[in-house]
Amino acid sequence: MSATSNYGITGFGGYVPRSRMQRAVIAAAHKWMAPSLRSLGKGQRAFCNWDEDSVTMAVEAARDVLGTEHGSKIEAFCLASTTMPFADLQNSAIVAGALGLPIDVRTMDLGFSQRAGTSGLLAALRSAEGTTLLVASDRPRGKPASVQEIGYGAAAAAFTLGSKEVLATLLASVSRTVMFVDHFRVADVKYDYVWEERWIRDEGYGKLVPEAVTTAIKEAGITTSDVKHFILASPIRGVASAIIKKLGIEAAAEADCLDENCGYAGTAHGLLMLAHVLEKAGPGEVIVLVGFGQGVDVLVFRTTDAIKSFAPRRGVSGALADAQSHDAYQRILSYENAIDLEWGMRSEKSPKTALTEQYRSCFQLAHFMAGRCPKCGTIQFPQLAYCVKGSCNASATEFEQLSLIDEKCQVLTYTADWLSYHPAPPLYVGFVQFSNGARLMMETVDVGAAGLDVGTPLRVVFRIKDIDRDRSYPRYFWKTTPVEA
Amino acid sequence: MALGIKDKVAILGMGCSRFGERWDTGTHQLLAEAFDEALTDAGIERKQIDAAWFGSCMDAVNVGNSSIPGSIALRLEGIPVSRMENMCATGTEVLRGATYAVASGAVDIALAIGVEKLKDTGYGGLPTPFKGTLNDLWLPLGSAPAGFAQLAAGYRSKHGISKEQLKQALAHVSWKSHENGVNSPKAHLRKKVTMEQILSAPMIADPLGLFDCCGVSDGAACAIVTTPEIARALGKKDLVTVKALQLASSSGIESHTADWDGSHVRTTRNAVKRAYAEAGITRPREQLDLIEVHDCFSITELVTMEDLFISGEGQAVKDILDGFFDADGGLPCQIDGGLKCFGHPVAASGLRMAYEIYNQLLQRAGPRQLLNPTLGLAHNLGGVPYLGIAAISILGLHS
Repeated sequence: MSATSNYGITGFGGYVPRSRMQRAVIAAAHKWMAPSLRSLGKGQRAFCNWDEDSVTMAVEAARDVLGTEHGSKIEAFCLASTTMPFADLQNSAIVAGALGLPIDVRTMDLGFSQRAGTSGLLAALRSAEGTTLLVASDRPRGKPASVQEIGYGAAAAAFTLGSKEVLATLLASVSRTVMFVDHFRVADVKYDYVWEERWIRDEGYGKLVPEAVTTAIKEAGITTSDVKHFILASPIRGVASAIIKKLGIEAAAEADCLDENCGYAGTAHGLLMLAHVLEKAGPGEVIVLVGFGQGVDVLVFRTTDAIKSFAPRRGVSGALADAQSHDAYQRILSYENAIDLEWGMRSEKSPKTALTEQYRSCFQLAHFMAGRCPKCGTIQFPQLAYCVKGSCNASATEFEQLSLIDEKCQVLTYTADWLSYHPAPPLYVGFVQFSNGARLMMETVDVGAAGLDVGTPLRVVFRIKDIDRDRSYPRYFWKTTPVEA
Repeated sequence: MALGIKDKVAILGMGCSRFGERWDTGTHQLLAEAFDEALTDAGIERKQIDAAWFGSCMDAVNVGNSSIPGSIALRLEGIPVSRMENMCATGTEVLRGATYAVASGAVDIALAIGVEKLKDTGYGGLPTPFKGTLNDLWLPLGSAPAGFAQLAAGYRSKHGISKEQLKQALAHVSWKSHENGVNSPKAHLRKKVTMEQILSAPMIADPLGLFDCCGVSDGAACAIVTTPEIARALGKKDLVTVKALQLASSSGIESHTADWDGSHVRTTRNAVKRAYAEAGITRPREQLDLIEVHDCFSITELVTMEDLFISGEGQAVKDILDGFFDADGGLPCQIDGGLKCFGHPVAASGLRMAYEIYNQLLQRAGPRQLLNPTLGLAHNLGGVPYLGIAAISILGLHS
């Protein structure tokens, strides 16, 4: 099926967590019972910090593509993931609130297979209706000592779709539905159950992908030699190059699978690779994107002349370069609740959320809205009943609203707190001074070996503030991170 | 035009329990220890008390809220009993209630008592209080040391002091208090420590190490107040009167505007200016004979020297390292060991500070006795430097 050319991708971006675990460390931890993991112990894999999840990564990826415009023109938003924090509470609504999307945006959650990302992108392109934001975000969990654990990563990719300044159009697409069970994860079960890799490669990818790709290329009116970029995300190494060879596509067309510094990020990975490819692509280049999971999606794109007039804030390459290398394997286990550590009595307190308060205050909490007092100009967060400025104290009802998420800020005071319970001690906490005059106490995360000092430049990021463990309820808010890793 | 309360209220008697890890003593018995001593010192019976202010802070442990635990523990029948809570400034807050009641002419004799039983939590340090439903959703977690450690970054940044030099001054603050604690029989910690021990202690909240943080203690302290006339009529000769009692709270300026530079405690300066005016003090460094300040953490004591306008701006480090605040210095600070060594049962501390000043003024301090003091200041903080309460009490001999 061919597509119209006046609707397509208008922007792209991505996010990879700063936290990277050296694969050699993972292999070494399991050496006593799975020595063969050593051969997979190269590079590093991305992993979510304790306060990141598919929702927070989605927010950061969306900010990368939307820039400082804050999505005021977005009419539809779809979030795809197989690791949504909520089974029944709209995850895309949480992301939409954090991004400050308009109230009339049509939000939708999508998931349940490794093909959700490509299927979601395809469906949005096919509907060709309105300015759309599509984000795929995943943090797949591998069982300790599995090939998955060492190979998986975590990431999110974001695209805007529309009909103005289209930088890549859909030439053709093909979908196949086949109940090929390469792996499965039953709802409420923690880990995947994976069959033999050789079978998945030979009977699955090997027999299902080539036909679909060949058909799509034909429908697009091009040949294999026109394919400049071939994207097939897979947790199994070597699959993409085997398929490329089989199809007679040039080996150089194989897109970087981002294994060196990220790892397979589930249903987001194909889209992450696409966002990465688009960063460097020139005009008029053909990109084939393949999704695999109980069938196949093939999307054939061609970039337009407008490809170079868009740039994400820092892109997938910027996110990949922003890395902090870790070597304590237990950290990953602890963040994923795969190990039960003694956190002491201070960890016993469980904060129950007053949902009424959360709703009442979401106008300022979700998109980090400060109030500007029209009488004295003071920009302040939180917004209570009166202006905080000593010589003013005007009523807060007339405050103008502005988001702090993209405002320049730095450390005013700080400490590293080893006493408070914190899942990744120490807790870095202190006053953040915004250039626009706003100030509040915030937690600072992903702090590297250099630590913090007065004046360290910071940027604002969306994170889990803490988790009510008794009710498993994550509360989200904004934190800061040093601009430099 | 209000005239303040200088010399309108005299202390009739005071009591203080031993502070420490009182495993075998519950809240009721701690209260009784302090109350009995105060009644004996005052020479009165409980039925002569017209009104009471009962201080307890932590609802997570201790006895729970309202005045009822106080009236039950002390068997105060038929009189007004109010429960006060203003975080770690609770001790001064109850003294203020009792003092104002007498100063207003509403009652003849009033009781102020504060108690905290912290060693039932099961761990060291203060339990985390509930921040409120809205703060819960945006304000980060942070221990008390973390809150006060912010001052270290702000102070050294403002005055261009190196981390190492600041650490030396902070260590001296704690060293000095430990030297004093040895002479304080009711204190929790009564052992000297060396500067090396302090400097190499494990980090709690950068740059505060283990010895920069006060102890977690159980204890109670008590004051019975009345007018100077009634005190004299009851046979008292040397009178200690309240010269000033002032509090100040944060309105949000420190936390949410650029009008505070992170280097000092605004509430202390606000409260002490009014207190000095009320007490008629114009040169505190020269006029005060002793000070008891809120050394929950060594950095707090350091900046407080400037916040009380005793050390000049940026001069506290020098004064401290010169020994100006040591027992044999120009203005002894924490002569009884302070929060650091006497201990910090939250609601009792403000009254314990008054207790030491009272005893010093009446020449009852034994091995700690200073030479003829006539005027003392207690500085009692609640909350954290940027979101809290400062409470100043000035007591002096009544001429």
